[in-house]
Amino acid sequence: MSDAHAHSVAFVRRSEIPPAPPPTAETGAFKWVRENLFSGPFNTIMTILGILVVWYLLSGLIPWIANGTWEGDDIRDCREILQGSGGGCFAVIADRWPQLLFGFQYPDYLRWRPTLAFLLLFVAVPPALFVMFLPRWTLIATAIYPFVAYWLIWGGTLLAPLMTALALIGGYLVFKQVEKRGFVQGLAAGIVTAVVILWIGGFVSDAGSGVLRLEPVESRAMGGFMLNLILGTVCVSLSIPLGIMLALGRQSKLPIVKGFCVVFIEFVRGVPLITLLFVANVVLAYFLPPDVNFDLIIRVIIMITMFSAAYIAEVIRGGLAALPKGQYEAADSLGLDYPQAMRLIILPQALKISIPGIVNVAVGLFKDTTLVSVISMFDLVGMIRGPILSSTDWVGVYWELWAAACILFFTVCYGISQYSQWLERQLRTDHR
Amino acid sequence: MNKSVLLGTLAFAGLAAAGASAATLDDVKARGTLNCGVTTGVPGFAEPDANGVWQGFDVAVCRAVAAAVLGDPEAVTFVPTTGKTRFTALASGEIDMLARNTTWTFSRDTDLKFDFTGVNYYDGQGFMVPAALGVSSATELDGATVCIQTGTTTELNLADYFRVNNMSYEPVPIETGAEAVQQYLAGACDVYTTDRSALAAQRAGFETPSDHVILPEVVSKEPLGPLVRHGDSEWADIVRWTLNALIAAEEYGVTQANVEELGSAPGDNPEINRMLGTEGELGAMVGLEAGAFKNAIAAVGNYGEVFDQNIGESTAIGLARGLNAQYTDGGLIYSPPFR
Repeated sequence: MSDAHAHSVAFVRRSEIPPAPPPTAETGAFKWVRENLFSGPFNTIMTILGILVVWYLLSGLIPWIANGTWEGDDIRDCREILQGSGGGCFAVIADRWPQLLFGFQYPDYLRWRPTLAFLLLFVAVPPALFVMFLPRWTLIATAIYPFVAYWLIWGGTLLAPLMTALALIGGYLVFKQVEKRGFVQGLAAGIVTAVVILWIGGFVSDAGSGVLRLEPVESRAMGGFMLNLILGTVCVSLSIPLGIMLALGRQSKLPIVKGFCVVFIEFVRGVPLITLLFVANVVLAYFLPPDVNFDLIIRVIIMITMFSAAYIAEVIRGGLAALPKGQYEAADSLGLDYPQAMRLIILPQALKISIPGIVNVAVGLFKDTTLVSVISMFDLVGMIRGPILSSTDWVGVYWELWAAACILFFTVCYGISQYSQWLERQLRTDHR
Repeated sequence: MNKSVLLGTLAFAGLAAAGASAATLDDVKARGTLNCGVTTGVPGFAEPDANGVWQGFDVAVCRAVAAAVLGDPEAVTFVPTTGKTRFTALASGEIDMLARNTTWTFSRDTDLKFDFTGVNYYDGQGFMVPAALGVSSATELDGATVCIQTGTTTELNLADYFRVNNMSYEPVPIETGAEAVQQYLAGACDVYTTDRSALAAQRAGFETPSDHVILPEVVSKEPLGPLVRHGDSEWADIVRWTLNALIAAEEYGVTQANVEELGSAPGDNPEINRMLGTEGELGAMVGLEAGAFKNAIAAVGNYGEVFDQNIGESTAIGLARGLNAQYTDGGLIYSPPFR
């Protein structure tokens, strides 16, 4: 029977068939495209529309970039070279690049100074941004940087920033000494010391105005992307501590402190930044006597710092409010006084929660620095809108310049946002 | 307490401002530079070149005044101002004079408390339209959309002109000239209106200038000139007569090339002698050196030379002299006598 059966079957497979590859339609890129782009009539239509839009954009953009010219002394040269090929006249960027970066008034033989200051930024900032990877002593570079950068960019004697640094150090030492008797007394004593040293230092730097002197450059001469970077860096780094103080002040139980902080924050948040800038530029000039030269950049820095500090204060208040009450009580139960509790328990947690918000404000603030172009300061946007777009040589060039400005701003803002995401990952202590 | 501090500051500022306005000349001499307000950029009139040096027709007035007062045409601090900040900058004393193609009007001269010290360019508002539109006269513009710069007299003139001719229009307000041109070229408006000099300058930068026509109608008088604050007539005199010296120099054939020679010794023409300081004491009458106007002419050239170098027909701007020819050539440019 079994024989008969064996003979009735022509072939019996004795080993397993090797697995066949899936059908082409169900694998690799083809499957991905089918599932993600053409999974139904609606998605198919959207995909085709999307491709058309991308095609339309690229068909304009690629010839514009590829056929563009970097040669030529003015727009007429450019048109001669391009011969209507639809390319961009990037010669304007080549011709005015130093002006886009430094403004048109910064002396060209001194441009190495702000450039050096910018490069030093990469030495000075990492210790503060990557605290967990670099030894603590490298923070000295961060502390020294503002004074060196000021000296490099504005010039003059090194004594002036040196005296300011001394005043801050002196104030801090006194604060440390007196702090044992109480935080507020310490703070007051520290501030008084700093002001006294600053006052004396004024005479010293006047007397020794030739010591280690670089050729001074007026504030009026600052311009271009340099001005945006100066305003952005200074204002962000000043407004974060100020914002923390305002946020804490707003939660304070002392009615005067609380009242002041609330009024300040609500007033500044209720006023457009451009109004504050107009006040800084034109209205203050009526109040100050003509001889008093209260530097325009300082006025603008004060206004922008106030503005962003108010926003950062609200962001941090959100962080403070997110902490459970138990954290505050835990700090109290350990016997910590208010400054200690804040410094050791509350703020580290609250600030961590606030990072995305703070970075959001910082990026916004950096872009808002272009508003100074409206009060006839020549930042990057001011340079483009004013002197370059309306010069006889380049009148009629438009997109090339704004594209350059976009790229510069995007680089910096994208960098900031990437850093903040990295920082969030680093500080994440929960187990999600 | 705060209030008293504020009042004190106000009073102090008022006193200081009064003190400053009384002797701008002394301030300028003590400072060693002239603070001159200019535009943030109008092709041919005021623009920093690739090296950051200010060039242009209005800039030349600043340099001439600096050369007359301080003997150095480079001793000028140029303060760029926008249409919005120009008058506050002058009124607050931030600048000593404003040379920023500003139209001389009644209210600016009186109500805003400025003194116009003459006219360095007679302009008028015009209209530019694409040639393809087939419009040959501004009276055919009924219902048009019009690109216009805000905060200028052109805005008001436009309204007046259309009202008088019983036409309607739709304004497209724009901040700067460069943006206006971009909007116009992109087709956001049918018509672009501003001073005819600016229209010509902007059109020169177009890819195909012949595709656009400037309509023949001139709808307003726009006498552009430098101005100073009220209350310091001595300073106003200096600015006024420096400008007149440039104008008179063209009339009498004094040029940048021959001014040194003519000014070294008294020549045949007593008017030239008085102007260049080789005869009489005209310089001393306005508190300047005898050779002050000679310095001004040596620094920038005479009016005609300034015009030709910056906005004349040989430049990319290519403006004809037109109304701005000397009165002897049928224009309006005319200097009172140096006597």
